[in-house]
Amino acid sequence: MYVIVVGGGDLGHYLCKQLLDEGHEVLVIEKDAGKCEHIEEELGDICLCGEASEMAILEKGGISRADMVIAVTGEDEDNLAACQIAKQKFNVPRVIARINVPRNEKIFAKLGIESVVDIVYLVSEHIKAETMLFPLIRLFSIRDRGLEVVLVRVGKNSPAVGKPIGELSLPLGSVVSSVISHGEESQIPTVNTVLREGDQLICLISTENIDLLQAIFKES
Amino acid sequence: MGCGRIGAELAHLLDADGHKLTIIDVDNASFDKLPPDFSGMAFSGDATDEEVLRKAGMEQADAFVAVTRDDELNAMAAQIARQIFDVPRVLCRIYDPLREDFYSGLGLEAISPTRVFVRLLKERLEG
Repeated sequence: MYVIVVGGGDLGHYLCKQLLDEGHEVLVIEKDAGKCEHIEEELGDICLCGEASEMAILEKGGISRADMVIAVTGEDEDNLAACQIAKQKFNVPRVIARINVPRNEKIFAKLGIESVVDIVYLVSEHIKAETMLFPLIRLFSIRDRGLEVVLVRVGKNSPAVGKPIGELSLPLGSVVSSVISHGEESQIPTVNTVLREGDQLICLISTENIDLLQAIFKES
Repeated sequence: MGCGRIGAELAHLLDADGHKLTIIDVDNASFDKLPPDFSGMAFSGDATDEEVLRKAGMEQADAFVAVTRDDELNAMAAQIARQIFDVPRVLCRIYDPLREDFYSGLGLEAISPTRVFVRLLKERLEG
């Protein structure tokens, strides 16, 4: 695939390296000459120095034959402009934007860019997981299917304590794929697996049912 | 949006013509460019934030003009005005002449100062 990465900061740089390792053809568009030099020293001649939302630069970068554009600068408006032009002007089949301000997810969707990665949200969920202070962590989302993988902890005196999984009224379509008990190896549960306070469950669930799941395991 | 030289001057002229005006900029100091008798409202904040725009009265606006120095910012704020707040007339400054047409296709009145100035220079030289 021919992938154009917009923004050659730490994230863009790392992403390019990974894409190249997978054998893809990569071009990174970065306005800062110093950053371009740094990337080219390590990854070879893959940089185009300039503003990625300028038509002339995009055309020079061969955007009309790009299979994918990934915009990962630190400025949401720049990522939006690059993705909109790629998608609507040059018909690039797949565009992905990084967003740095969470409220922009809705705005991007309204303006035609549905595929976004919310950096603040992702990092904060990972930090929450490390702290073990939160009852439910969203580990991964399969956005176009409306599904999420979450880690949920069985709270003190919650309705689930002492019950086998088969007796819980889990939301339709959700699957408990792993139970992690303190000090024990994680296990793939059956309907007979009895839950204890503090157990952690990895569940696949539809996004709209997350609140229902949370209610079952909530401390009371 | 944008209280630079262009934004401040435009606000001043529209205000003098009797229009009701709100000017938004992230930089409070930029409002110093407005004349002392400016009777509109100066609003400090990020014009890509729906909440800020709502507070600034965007739902009642008849027109929105984005004239910061940043093409991408102008384009994003202008699209929010047009698509989300349904403002009837939305103008924005887009320096890149090649992108003027693209944004015009999205329902904005995009104006490239580069193109306008080049045309003016050419007319002067040839006229």
